[in-house]
Amino acid sequence: MTPSGVDRGGDGARFAELRAAAVALLAAMAAGSLLIILAGASPLEVWRTLVARTFGDAYGAGQVVFRATPLVLTGLAVAVPLRAGLFNIGAEGQMIAAAMCCAVVGAALPAATPALLALPVAMAAAAVAGGAVGAATGALRAYRGAHEVIVAILLNAIIAGVALWLGNQWLFVGEATRTASVVEGARFAELGITGSSASSSVVVALVAAAAVGWLQTRSTIGFRWRMIGGGPDAALAAGISVARDRVSAMAAAGALAGLAGAHFVLGHKHAFEEGLGRGVGFLGVAVALLAQGRAAAIVVSAVLFAALSQGGLGVAELVPKELVDVLQAVVVLVAAATLGRTTSVGGGAR
Amino acid sequence: MSAALVMRASKRFGDRDALVDARLEVAAGTVHAVVGENGAGKSTLLKIVYGLVRADRGQLAIGQRCDLARHGVAAAQALGVGMVHQHGMLVPTLTLAENAALGHEPVRRGLLDLAAARRDLARAAARLEQSLDPDACAGALSVGEQQRAEIVMVVARAQKLLILDEPTALLAPGEVDRLLALLRRIAGDGCAVVLVSHKLDEVAEVADAITVLRAGRTVAELARGVATREVARAMVGGEPPPTGAPPPLPPADAAVVLMVRGLAVHDLSGAATLRPGAGSAGGLRQVSFEVRAGEVVGIAGVEGNGQRELVQAVVGLVPAAAGRITLGGVDMTHATVAARRAAGLAHVAEDRHHHGLVLDATVADNVMLGRLDEVARGLTIDRTRVRTLAERALADLDVRPADPSLAARALSGGNQQKLVVARELGRAAVRAVVAAQPTRGVDLAAQARIHDRLRAAAAAGAAVLVISADLDELFALCHRVAVLHRGAIAGELAGDALRAADARATLGAWMVGAA
Ligand SMILES: Nc1ncnc2c1ncn2[C@@H]1O[C@H](COP(=O)(O)OP(=O)(O)OP(=O)(O)O)[C@@H](O)[C@H]1O
Ligand SMILES: [Mg+2]
Repeated sequence: MTPSGVDRGGDGARFAELRAAAVALLAAMAAGSLLIILAGASPLEVWRTLVARTFGDAYGAGQVVFRATPLVLTGLAVAVPLRAGLFNIGAEGQMIAAAMCCAVVGAALPAATPALLALPVAMAAAAVAGGAVGAATGALRAYRGAHEVIVAILLNAIIAGVALWLGNQWLFVGEATRTASVVEGARFAELGITGSSASSSVVVALVAAAAVGWLQTRSTIGFRWRMIGGGPDAALAAGISVARDRVSAMAAAGALAGLAGAHFVLGHKHAFEEGLGRGVGFLGVAVALLAQGRAAAIVVSAVLFAALSQGGLGVAELVPKELVDVLQAVVVLVAAATLGRTTSVGGGAR
Repeated sequence: MSAALVMRASKRFGDRDALVDARLEVAAGTVHAVVGENGAGKSTLLKIVYGLVRADRGQLAIGQRCDLARHGVAAAQALGVGMVHQHGMLVPTLTLAENAALGHEPVRRGLLDLAAARRDLARAAARLEQSLDPDACAGALSVGEQQRAEIVMVVARAQKLLILDEPTALLAPGEVDRLLALLRRIAGDGCAVVLVSHKLDEVAEVADAITVLRAGRTVAELARGVATREVARAMVGGEPPPTGAPPPLPPADAAVVLMVRGLAVHDLSGAATLRPGAGSAGGLRQVSFEVRAGEVVGIAGVEGNGQRELVQAVVGLVPAAAGRITLGGVDMTHATVAARRAAGLAHVAEDRHHHGLVLDATVADNVMLGRLDEVARGLTIDRTRVRTLAERALADLDVRPADPSLAARALSGGNQQKLVVARELGRAAVRAVVAAQPTRGVDLAAQARIHDRLRAAAAAGAAVLVISADLDELFALCHRVAVLHRGAIAGELAGDALRAADARATLGAWMVGAA
């Protein structure tokens, strides 16, 4: 194991984290089973249906891919600042701002713009808009000392309101709460998995995960993020501009959340709609926490959460659909309770 | 005489032995020193007694047999064990009585009975013959006063065994003597005292018995009166290194590398603003000095007289309220930390846990921290180079264990300090060094090596500024020594005056403002 890739004390610690994640999942399943029994259903039956409706057929699997795609991106949007000691609860607002911007730019392009140009331009619009929101959040924290969680919560509300106002005032077409459609070229191709909504935007999510993984373990900027998260005072004394890197971490996060917005606009709705992607920004927090902020683990974690929501539809006739939401929360709670212990080497010996 | 503590313990961290059936026996009413090289297992052994670390195997008896598997801090405290931590635990904005009440609040009719806390503290102080004002604001006291107050508080509750891990590392010479007198007094009252120290003359002065640890094993149990040379030999299992003298004086026309003119810095402790009239000296006022290439200049003084403000302003962590700082002739008064480092400034931080290291990051990461320019290839990190630099830093000061992938937290205190020094002095093209308490908590051999590195840096043409509470250290390193008192330079000795027999007395007088 090369030194810079490890920050918590070698292979043994990493193995411990994996084992803790497995324990978290098992414990969550046990707790879930208990809830299912309380709801008067058979756990075995529910779990079986859940798996059958997700990975059991091509449509289900396609839907899991579709749902996992934005979760990977918002999960990364939480993970990047998490490593830098910042909690990004603002992925939701970053995503909405980006989706709006992306839809406007995508619709404004000349109808004949080739995909090779239109897609990157529309995605860039999303990333820039999301990144700007993220950077603003980071800057308020870094230079004004305003707590990023409070700022992000307020920005989430402001952005949701402004988006609706802009839409109603100018952008929504006809009677619908929906903007004009983006040009043909600015649409992600459907993967064509028997009627599922999965599109080629999953490639964007996977590339983003790989890029973040590289940043976290191999790059100087990822190293600086890790250091300002682990010890801001020591980082400062070593000449790292903590303020600047707080902004850069939040800007990168906003751009990633922005790509999640692009996924909904360019890969699914082909326009901005009221309520688009609602909740995906917040679910990103759960995805990132379960994955302990590691890029590769986020892909797995996003698939798990996607499967739970997709499978939840399938088991709706067996248990109340709220139970699935509860189950997702239980996974996160159990993860938080069991994983927290592995984050520092040496345990109680201080 | 009855035994206050009898123990044997083994402890592994991962696949490394920290303690191998280490033995410690402390008689009631005695002062007992535990000595050993950095990483020998001293802190681990005492943390086991106080219940902060759980032993893998062994026995423990504190007056009565304890169950090691269940032993914890609460159990230890119930048996009358107290521990004074090296970095004070007092809340600076509270009074001593309020601090004493924290966590043990005396209650009368459901309300906090501060009068009782004040009374209890005053009684405990009187019993130990300490003059202590229960209404004094903790932040306004010197480090030594705070520490003695904390000891009084701990002893008021723990009446069997008092544990101190390197209590003298932060103290000025006069305050060390008062601390040692207090420890003898406590032992005289029948409470056993166990202390860890790297300063063998202190140990010789105060301890009735000495336990020597080497690599996790008890290798010697010595009685009072053994020569310090013997103790040192037992610690290293061979001949201890000789202490050195300052490097040759640079030519008088050597260029000025670090220049500080009329520097003023606001108080960092905050005590003055939080409690007006608390009487803190506060910050740095009008300080000027210069350090030439090849010169080693020392700053002596009782902690809290502006040293922290001086160091942080010079390295760029806090702004100067007035004055100028130049490095190699370039004005750096408003430069960022990064710009100063790029100009060749190295900084051994006083507080290794805050400004020196990221404890949860690996040793390799910590070497890279602050040397990112040496390992960056564009956006990427050259990991082979990281490994080389890390291994070189570890070898340079013999940091143990020499494992770059270990978390910095897993190193013993002294080895953490060695790591910081090795990283900073190992940087390419060092032109000026600011070393604050560079040998705090390191053993004799490491101290000698760190001093060698500082001398070598000067010999190679760097300007070296050493801030230390330890006069012996300054005598061994410096061409000139200035004393900081209440934020200003109270006096300076150089050349023959510094080598004169009364130099220590002169500096000491300046340090307490009596001149
Ligand atoms: N939390 C931990 N995790 C892993 N290893 C540890 C941990 N704490 C201590 N060690 C290891 O145990 C050994 C003994 O450490 P300890 O802190 O007891 O040394 P020490 O004698 O107090 O040294 P020093 O004089 O430097 O303070 C060292 O090798 C150290 O690296
Ligand atoms: Mg120690």
